[in-house]
Amino acid sequence: MFATLAGVLFDGVAYGSLLFLISIGLSVTLGLMNFINLAHGAFAMFGGYVCAMAMARIGIPFLATLPLAFLAAAAAGAALEPLLYRRLYRTSPLNQVLFSIGLTLMSVAAATYVCGSGQQAVRLPRFLLGQVHILGLDLGAYRLFLIAVVAAITLGLLSLVTGTRFGAQIRACVDNAQVSAGVGIDVNRVFGVSFTLGAGLAGLGGALAIAVLGLDPTFPMKYVVYFLLVVVVGGAGSIVGTLMASIVVGIFDVAGKYYVPAVGSFVIYALMLVLLLLFPGGLLRSSR
Amino acid sequence: MSVALRTEGLSRNWGALQAVREVSFALEAGARHALIGPNGAGKTTFINLLTGVLRPSGGDVFLGEQKITKLPPDLRVKRGMTRTFQINTLFPGLTVLESVVLAICEREGLGAAWRPVARCTRQIAEARQTLDELHLGSEINTLTRSLPYGKQRLLEIAVALATRPRILLLDEPAAGIPADESAEIFSVLSRLPRDVTVLFIEHDMRLVFRFAERITVLVDGAILVQGAPQQIADDSRVREVYLGEAQHG
Amino acid sequence: MGASVEPGEIQAMTQRPVSLTRPSSSLRLPNWQWRPAEIAFWITAVAVFFVLPGRLMLGSQVLIAGLFALSLDLILGYAGIVSLGHAAMFGTGAYTAALLARHGWGEPLTGLLAAAAVAAALAYVTSFIAVRGGDLTRLLVTLGIGLLLYEAANQASSVTGGVDGLGDVPMGKVLGLFRFDLEGRTAYLYSLVVVFLVFCFARVIVRSPFGLSLRGIRDGAARMPAIGSPVRRRLTAIYTIAGGVAGVAGALLAQTTQFVGLEVLGFERSAYCVVMLVLGGVGWLYGALVGAAVFMIAQDVLSSINPVYWQFWLGLLLVLVVLFARGGIMGGLGSLWLWLFARPRAK
Repeated sequence: MFATLAGVLFDGVAYGSLLFLISIGLSVTLGLMNFINLAHGAFAMFGGYVCAMAMARIGIPFLATLPLAFLAAAAAGAALEPLLYRRLYRTSPLNQVLFSIGLTLMSVAAATYVCGSGQQAVRLPRFLLGQVHILGLDLGAYRLFLIAVVAAITLGLLSLVTGTRFGAQIRACVDNAQVSAGVGIDVNRVFGVSFTLGAGLAGLGGALAIAVLGLDPTFPMKYVVYFLLVVVVGGAGSIVGTLMASIVVGIFDVAGKYYVPAVGSFVIYALMLVLLLLFPGGLLRSSR
Repeated sequence: MSVALRTEGLSRNWGALQAVREVSFALEAGARHALIGPNGAGKTTFINLLTGVLRPSGGDVFLGEQKITKLPPDLRVKRGMTRTFQINTLFPGLTVLESVVLAICEREGLGAAWRPVARCTRQIAEARQTLDELHLGSEINTLTRSLPYGKQRLLEIAVALATRPRILLLDEPAAGIPADESAEIFSVLSRLPRDVTVLFIEHDMRLVFRFAERITVLVDGAILVQGAPQQIADDSRVREVYLGEAQHG
Repeated sequence: MGASVEPGEIQAMTQRPVSLTRPSSSLRLPNWQWRPAEIAFWITAVAVFFVLPGRLMLGSQVLIAGLFALSLDLILGYAGIVSLGHAAMFGTGAYTAALLARHGWGEPLTGLLAAAAVAAALAYVTSFIAVRGGDLTRLLVTLGIGLLLYEAANQASSVTGGVDGLGDVPMGKVLGLFRFDLEGRTAYLYSLVVVFLVFCFARVIVRSPFGLSLRGIRDGAARMPAIGSPVRRRLTAIYTIAGGVAGVAGALLAQTTQFVGLEVLGFERSAYCVVMLVLGGVGWLYGALVGAAVFMIAQDVLSSINPVYWQFWLGLLLVLVVLFARGGIMGGLGSLWLWLFARPRAK
């Protein structure tokens, strides 16, 4: 009984870590530029496909494809942000939604065209398969790996945001972009770099997600709700908030599917509505 | 002399910032009362508390004898208290006439109004009369967003008047209007019916001394002094507070 | 010192207004006049029945999609509520009509009314969470409600047929006279009449003082409470009405195709509804119909060539519309009209 509970929690945390990795970019976009980017999952999908294609067509080992996925998605972000997104930061939410739906459709169609509509597979290295025995529990090795990677990245992000000047600039822009521009911060550069970083992390998350969530062209649409949920509930622009929300959502989703499978994703959507209504400003109100 | 509007110990703070402190204020029926004070004194916050846009951290608001502290803003308007905004808060996509007709229709309750707006002849006639009296008669078909600023300011007042308030709170009616164009606003203020109680915030001292019968000076969220205009003009504390302040508006 | 009482006090505030002698025909106010372009539009719709007898099934699909988009225009174009879950009401209407028919009540018109009632009830109940909060919150709440309902319908497969849907919905005759035929002739005329009547209903609402107050809420939500308007109540009312209209559209779909699948509740249907409306132009009522027509016809033509291409080009079109053509087709036509026939502003 306890073992299953611990197992569910562990799986939930692993799933939540993955969600966090992908969603942190969306959190930044929403908190920094107030832009509702429903197409964010497309960056994750792109990273995933780069990983899968690199493995299948070129034969690069899994671990080596991870930085590739990050860089490819980051490059896509770096290209699209000044070209397209930057023109739309001030438009209405409706326009932003339409734009991101349009981008999503384009990316889904492109993925289908290039890679076909089937599921992609990855060959994990031996040491990531199977289970690890810790504290009397059998924990999946891959999931442990996921948690470790995300934990390391989270620490890196936190130290970036709190310890570096660039991080301070990000926090200033989240608070008030107009005033930040007024004190001489290059807001466009902050936006561009943050967006790129967020896209790259999403790409990395997408690659890591293949073994857990699968990958096909409908990936962005299937999971967009989760990303949005996590960001809005955790508070846009807040790293810790997004992390906490991701873990909560991850655990609830896994627990829901395990304990009440007949209800399925119902639990997650109901949770979202409840959380949105109770905390309209996000679980962790950032200082805006 | 009955009291139209009253506050008791009204306060509003955000954390350590006390925007309004324990203000006990009485507005007499039929008054022409000005609320003045330096920037950041809490005047607009006070109006927001009176109208219900902000909830007080402490204290109460009374309309006549009734405690309205918990009443939502739209119900306060129904009880006869209307305000205008310091920054034009209008309907960019509606025409001048539509804006005033809307306010009149809201006042009367929309009811089972299946008629098109064009056939609401009574409301239209009243709207046109109000607009004529405010010298906006030639602009009735103009979209609000196309109106010049000064006319928008007049429309701001027209929309408020259309609710037939018994108490009118004007937040800097002459804000942003250059001195040579403010005659219109002056004229409107002087022609408000006597049975309407008026409280207005202003920085333009000519307006204040011309129309106010009583002045309250608010500094740092608390009342510094209240009295007749000459009293206030002579008060050394008031001069101190305003010393060095550039002429605004 | 102080205000002297001048003889020219503002009368309008205290007295009944005097009637003015200036003519009121020059006033720019919402009225019921039918413009020539509108009449041409509806005549065209009727003409399709005679001119394109082989495409009537597509025709009724266009009308149904148009009605659905119209219901969204009521809340989006006139009240400013962006909903990504409007299909919840559409699908509810569809399932209501289908289930009624399968349980013996196949009369189409009362089926429509029942569907409208159930969908409106759903809208009313959800309005309490859907109309609160800012744009992003409403977006997510409506999205969540749509997804929730989809999941619920998926799970309740004994009632809804689950992934397989409800097929073979036995419909009775329209007005006791007209059977739903395979060429879709009854379906088309039935849809056309229903859509026209509901359109007129929407037109009346939108041009009434209630419609004016909705535009006020959309344009100046900050000012509305300051003129005594119960904003929340108004939004609840229009959300409920829009839900009912969406339910009618869904019921039409169920009745004319005799089939209902889960996708009537799906995110894709909600999202495409938003796309159709924006494509045609928000806030015109006709934008919904025009946008639906353009979208459905383009989809029919392009996706038969290659469904992947359709998706891509639709996505690209959306991106381009947002970047360059915000007002949609109606907005573009409106600008064109002004440019061609620019009149001086009425004084």
